[in-house]
Amino acid sequence: MIQNVSRWLISSLLLLFVITALTFVLASMAPGDAAKAILSSQSGSYTAQQYQQMRHALGIDQPLPVQYWHWLDGVLHGSLGTDLFSSQPVTQELGARIGPSLSIILGTVIVSGLAGVGLGIVSALRGGVLGRLVDFVSLAGLSLPSFWLALVLAELLAVQVRLLPATGYAPLNDGPGPWLRSIALPVLALSAGGVAFVAKQTRDSMSEVMSREFIVMLRARGLSRRSVVLKHALRNAGIPVVTVLGLLFVTLLGGTVLIEDVFAIPGLGQEAVTAAGSHDLPVIEGVAFCFTVIVIAANLLVDVSYALLNPRVRGAGRTGRFSGHREPRES
Amino acid sequence: MSLVTSSGQARALRDLARRPLAVAAAAYLAILVVAAAGAGWLAPYNPQAQDLAHVLSGPSAAHWLGTDRLGRDVLSRLMFGGRVTLLGVAEALAVFAVLGISLGLVAGYLGGWADRVIARLGDLMLAMPGIIVLLMVLAVLPGNQLAAMIALGLISCPVLLRVVRGSAVAIRGEPYITAARVSGLTSTRIMVRHVLPRLAGPVIVQLSLFAATAVLAQSALSFLGLAAPETQGPSWGNMVTEASDVVSQDPWLLVPTGGAIVLTVLALGLLGDALRDVTAGRHLGHPPAKRPRPVPKPSGPLQTHRLDASQPGTTQPLLSVRGLTIAFPAGRGDVTVVSDVSFDLAAGAALGIVGESGCGKSVTARALLGLLPGCGRVTGGSALLGGRDIAAMTERELRQIRGAEVALISQEPVNSLDPSFTVGSQLTEVVRRHSDVSKRQAPERAAELLDMVRLPQPRELLSRYPHQLSGGMAQRVSIALALAGNPRLLVADEPTTALDVTTAAGILGLLADLRERLGMAIILITHDWGVLADLCDRALVMYAGQIVESASVEDICATPRHPYTEGLLAANPHLAPVGHELPAIPGSVPSPAAWPLGCHFQSRCRYVTDECSAAPVPLSATGAGRLTRCIHSAAMAGQR
Repeated sequence: MIQNVSRWLISSLLLLFVITALTFVLASMAPGDAAKAILSSQSGSYTAQQYQQMRHALGIDQPLPVQYWHWLDGVLHGSLGTDLFSSQPVTQELGARIGPSLSIILGTVIVSGLAGVGLGIVSALRGGVLGRLVDFVSLAGLSLPSFWLALVLAELLAVQVRLLPATGYAPLNDGPGPWLRSIALPVLALSAGGVAFVAKQTRDSMSEVMSREFIVMLRARGLSRRSVVLKHALRNAGIPVVTVLGLLFVTLLGGTVLIEDVFAIPGLGQEAVTAAGSHDLPVIEGVAFCFTVIVIAANLLVDVSYALLNPRVRGAGRTGRFSGHREPRES
Repeated sequence: MSLVTSSGQARALRDLARRPLAVAAAAYLAILVVAAAGAGWLAPYNPQAQDLAHVLSGPSAAHWLGTDRLGRDVLSRLMFGGRVTLLGVAEALAVFAVLGISLGLVAGYLGGWADRVIARLGDLMLAMPGIIVLLMVLAVLPGNQLAAMIALGLISCPVLLRVVRGSAVAIRGEPYITAARVSGLTSTRIMVRHVLPRLAGPVIVQLSLFAATAVLAQSALSFLGLAAPETQGPSWGNMVTEASDVVSQDPWLLVPTGGAIVLTVLALGLLGDALRDVTAGRHLGHPPAKRPRPVPKPSGPLQTHRLDASQPGTTQPLLSVRGLTIAFPAGRGDVTVVSDVSFDLAAGAALGIVGESGCGKSVTARALLGLLPGCGRVTGGSALLGGRDIAAMTERELRQIRGAEVALISQEPVNSLDPSFTVGSQLTEVVRRHSDVSKRQAPERAAELLDMVRLPQPRELLSRYPHQLSGGMAQRVSIALALAGNPRLLVADEPTTALDVTTAAGILGLLADLRERLGMAIILITHDWGVLADLCDRALVMYAGQIVESASVEDICATPRHPYTEGLLAANPHLAPVGHELPAIPGSVPSPAAWPLGCHFQSRCRYVTDECSAAPVPLSATGAGRLTRCIHSAAMAGQR
């Protein structure tokens, strides 16, 4: 147990280090720099001396490793630096923007999980025409570019029918109603692919489990169909489904960048696009850090679910006193 | 070797050609490539030519897909835009393929530290938020699609790497690779010449699926204006952006622009799925499906037999099977796998059913619980259990008798338990299903059941998972689960086949004991005469879907009246004389589709005559309480 936790901790820290260092290197290679951008936004022309002073003020005249070291030091003290343009602490800026993005991502994961698992089970059990229909629908769902679907949905549901707001985000503090309405279209647009992705995996996984011997034996013991399917088969089919949900979570980070653009939602994705365009290194670093932490959290959740779903992964610690051997971990 | 692969690939191509959707997808992609590559000659208009008199015209004869807000022809722009998208996809695909295949081959074939390093790197790359990498690359090189696509290929290649690695590991172990290595070929040569061709199937599948991802990624970046911006000419992504700007005036423009992306991704996905099906079938080594021959139907009404005389008791039997016939759908018709099976079983009696694999023993046994595999169904006859016909029951009625009247144990004890739940959880669920035991009392009853099957320390066992049990323990747990509903009949489908001799003897002893203590009847499916003799009073011998002999165990072992029974007994290692080669029955059981008109055993029988193939052979009495399906049984008895 302790071994697993420490292994997870080391690999997570390594990932954070690699991503942020890589971002640092890449960002510093970008043509132009923040000093130039700020000066030219303040006044059209500036002297070489002003430029050097600005570079010094921003701390970007120091060698790259030193800059990175300062940044790391800040992270250990709970600071992600300050936005070069607005002079706000990056943590504060990202804090305001993480809500919309997480709302959309979690909303999509929940909708895709429920609808995808439901559809997958139905098609695995019914097979035949319905199974093929789910196959085709899921392929179609995966083929729709989310940004295009978002435009179509916005045109239909917001402009033509005026059912939902076309743009913007209402924080949860304003009440659950406006919040739900504001994320409905983004979640819907992203869910087409998500539902398809989850349904396909659930279907494959359930069909495989339903053909196993223990399912026949459960039926032979007179258990109800509901128990056989929803308790026993689903639990055994769960691991690939959970894996797919974790993957979906990670790919949705990319999806929100597009969706926030279409619906003008002030989330992390928009921040990333603007910061990348304006060489705002602390903000870029902050977004990369945030995304990586989200990825690590998602993977952790997936690993924990593995252990909950599969007694073999939970493994060694709980083996009874009779069996001296340890089962090999499933890879 | 090359001959084998090329014929295999030819077969895969032929299989592919039989799928209309896959053909349509391939055709669409071919047309797309031609239209995009030849846009300079084929496009009806210059993609930048403005016609301000005809803006947002909608589809017309002059402009098949309409015009945009500057009056430019949408079809021409889509054709030119396709170039940008397809070029981007090709760039990403090249990086993905080269890195994925070469790193995967090295990791899988060489193994060791190379494998570990590459696997670690791959994990790291997959964990990276791809969008951040792409944004950074585009910040460094603004608008540079080539760089973005290379980055996309790079961060996605671990997916292909894993597939290639997995296959390479599997192939590495095969004898012909070892032979190549022993004969002194270098690793590189073996990988390129022998391993790579075998990987073609799974690699092509991954390539087509990644191409779909790349189309979406390229158009997304171009939609955001980060790659292939409008100033550099049309691309599918920036055409969607433009369409969205004028969506309130002309929603139609969203259709062709998005449609091009959707269709392309859909075609690549369909092609990938079809390729996966085709190559998976090939790699599993499925023989090409043969159309089954129609089954010769026995002429006239099926014969049924009165077996009352053969039963020791005179009371109504517990189970009475009459003319049970079971078929599976195959191609256009049904194939009968069990034909006209009849027998009686008294309460508390033990009946053995013997025969080789594929004779219909297991199917008969499972029909008694209404658990025929796949789409199998009872097409004739009945199976009366306490007066009610199992063969005619609905699924709901069957659920009432399963576990409560008839229980089943199978030949794979560990696989017959749900791996995700503890022994206790599975037992209490079944206990509560069959009796009004409270949630608190259920574990008590579960422990009693484990005690009943003579498992030591039952209370501790309750918290164990199936993978922590030995085969013998798992079979005892399985028996405990079967006993939970106090069934009157236990169907034991080769319960000891997977166990070692001592464990098997223990299980048989337990079954015999339970039969005596609980008065539970047992139907034992086996191909082991020793097991049969230990437990059963009567035996049925089945061959190719039919009962060929039915008698008491003593009679059948002492004086077999059917040549098949004789052959089976002679092939029994327990009865054969020491130091002699074990005589086996030549040939094998014919598949149900290939049953002959007459005696099913004729092709393997040493007593065969012309009469044997003339007409179906009936089951007829050959002694007190014995039935035999052979026209030579009298002659056989005389010969002995």
